[in-house]
Amino acid sequence: MTRINTRDELIALRKKCIAAEKREKRKILVCAGTGCVSGGSLNIYAALKEKMAKEGIACEVELAADPHEDVVGLKKSGCHGFCEMGPLVRIEPEGWLYTKVKVEDVDEIVASSIQEGKPVERLAYKQNGVIYEKQEDIPFYQKQTRKVLEDCGRIDADSILEYLGIGGYRAFEKALFDMEPADIVKEISDSNLRGRGGGGFAAGTKWSQVARQKTTPKYIVCNGDEGDPGAFMDRSVMEGDPHRMLEGMMIAGIACGANDGYIYVRAEYPMAVARLRTAIAQAEELGLLGENILGSGFSFRMHINRGAGAFVCGEGSALTASIEGKRGMPRVKPPRTVEHGLFDKPTVLNNVETFANVAPILLNGADWYKSIGPEKSPGTKAFALTGNIQNTGLIEVPMGTTLREVIFDIGGGIRGGKKFKAVQIGGPSGGCLTKEHLDLPLDFDSLKKAGAIIGSGGLVVMDEDTCMVEVARFFMHFTQNESCGKCVPCREGTKRMLEILERIVNGEGREGDIELLEELADTVTNTALCGLGKTAAGPVVSTIKYFRDEYEAHIREKRCPAGACQKLKRFTIDPEKCRGCSKCARNCPVNAISGEVRKPFVIDGSKCIKCGACKDNCAFGAVKEG
Amino acid sequence: MNVKELYQKTDGWLDSFGREERSLIAVLQAIQEEYSYLPREVFPYLAKEMNLNEAQIYGVATFYENFSLEAKGKYVIKVCDGTACHVRKSVPILNKLRQELKLDDGRKTTDDQLFTVETVSCLGACGLAPALTVNGEVHAAMTPEKAVALLAELRREA
Repeated sequence: MTRINTRDELIALRKKCIAAEKREKRKILVCAGTGCVSGGSLNIYAALKEKMAKEGIACEVELAADPHEDVVGLKKSGCHGFCEMGPLVRIEPEGWLYTKVKVEDVDEIVASSIQEGKPVERLAYKQNGVIYEKQEDIPFYQKQTRKVLEDCGRIDADSILEYLGIGGYRAFEKALFDMEPADIVKEISDSNLRGRGGGGFAAGTKWSQVARQKTTPKYIVCNGDEGDPGAFMDRSVMEGDPHRMLEGMMIAGIACGANDGYIYVRAEYPMAVARLRTAIAQAEELGLLGENILGSGFSFRMHINRGAGAFVCGEGSALTASIEGKRGMPRVKPPRTVEHGLFDKPTVLNNVETFANVAPILLNGADWYKSIGPEKSPGTKAFALTGNIQNTGLIEVPMGTTLREVIFDIGGGIRGGKKFKAVQIGGPSGGCLTKEHLDLPLDFDSLKKAGAIIGSGGLVVMDEDTCMVEVARFFMHFTQNESCGKCVPCREGTKRMLEILERIVNGEGREGDIELLEELADTVTNTALCGLGKTAAGPVVSTIKYFRDEYEAHIREKRCPAGACQKLKRFTIDPEKCRGCSKCARNCPVNAISGEVRKPFVIDGSKCIKCGACKDNCAFGAVKEG
Repeated sequence: MNVKELYQKTDGWLDSFGREERSLIAVLQAIQEEYSYLPREVFPYLAKEMNLNEAQIYGVATFYENFSLEAKGKYVIKVCDGTACHVRKSVPILNKLRQELKLDDGRKTTDDQLFTVETVSCLGACGLAPALTVNGEVHAAMTPEKAVALLAELRREA
């Protein structure tokens, strides 16, 4: 790639890439997101390349290369979102989507789809007896509105030319040459874009506060420390469309007068780190990052910091401390990050998805953005749909879409025909929502009223077999483990709450435990130093609110209504089915089973340690658990 | 531990990342990637070179979950216990692995230094739940049985 030095050269290169992209008569997009890669998609890519070379079909040609006629564009794309069905291969222009593809399928794909132009029906997605050849027709995709993830899965994430080929860096160019910094801030403020990382704070407000500061240098920081268990939206954007996020950060740099951008990425996302490094290197090589970009006088440098495994670093002041090389511990606010942020300088801190929203807002205007979803929290939101749901994956819907649409229309309902029980939204800082909330619109304000938060957008669906007390214990275990220990309410409060929850699920709950949990929750929520502590009690409070009877059953009857808590299980032998073989008694580690051979055996509940060895070893299915 | 070599390599990382405090995490990450843990011998050396006190470095090294002061096994198995994996039953997989390798919450590495079993809060591979990684490579839709088969496979490979 040769460096481009002027706006005209950028326009010319983009034109060339767009034209080349159009000339590719056919594209094969092999999903190279983390999910599909672990399913072997890179081997499929290699096999496709080899097969096409054997057949003499030109593929994998760089977009700017000449000539570009009769080329099949074979690309490693970002995440398509339908992770449950991976590895995925998409064929364009028809939009055929092949699911659960194996290396052995490659010959047939090339022969029929590439050489004959026919779909391979047996690889198409099937639901309720209907075969869906085209990706867009699949119910999972039909109800989605993909704006942020629009190009994730459409382009090769490792190539800046591909990004230019879909009109990339046009918003940056506009911001650099056609707009004043104040206009950019105004456009973002007018759009009502709210931060996608948790609290939903208005991005425009942050930007204008930083733009106003006289202190220099200023910094743009991108929070890619997506630590909520059960969330992977930001990972997919970083892996699948990294330039879109970089472009948003660069625009923020122009708007606020900053010349350095820092991206803080979780260490658990090695592929995202690699793709971002490639993207930054390519942007530097082209001259879109660095000194005096396109001769405009504006300079911008991009840095990557890898996290080292601390959930609390998702909190703004902890994150900046971590970039500074310190322990990631939050500090008392104010002063806020916009005044005293990274290296004690004014800092814009937004998350990945927020920055990915910036470029289209500048190109299409604030009014366009506000036309999507409710006016107070416009735009779309990406959600990671996981748990006991049919179609696991990454989805994007307009704000205000109901939970019912997300879970049942897009998600395809609960796995294995089970009943829906609850959905945990917002991770360990969020809360659970139940059947009565199914028609609740998903937006910042409605969720807050219901006692949950959007958080970064994890939606973990739980079925009737999930014990809500155990879910609360699980989240408290997580938060307690991640508490940095700086403030007493969070350090001690979460520990005590965890102890109480542990004794409840172990069948040692006492009368008054629920009230004690509520009291501790109230104290921690009101007195903790940072967001982690302030929201730590969310799962406990919401599960008590909606599933108090489950807590009571654990405490008073020593019974788990969902039958999930191991220590509360009761093993019994069905005398009708027991043949008296004595195998269970021989396998019982505590000699709790007795009986005479050829007569039904009995389990002594007072000795039983609920290990389940009897059940695992019974050849007649006579041991019942409940 | 060849301390001379450790210092030499550390010099290389200090040269490329810089000797300011802000480079500390990156330097520690590089050391850990090379040695799979942080040898304590490096702390006084880093303190001198980076003009920090040793307690600061020790503080950072013990604050972050990814840093380990103990040597790890040849195969580091991380069982994901994020929410999505948890509700799809990741705990039985962890228990099975620990049972097979005679490990527990306190003992994470086998005596033969072949396996380390840890948990991780979320790999972001929720679509593949329950998932685990072996030296960073994701294994999807695991079961206790598959985990045992995986151990056997790794033992053959070793």
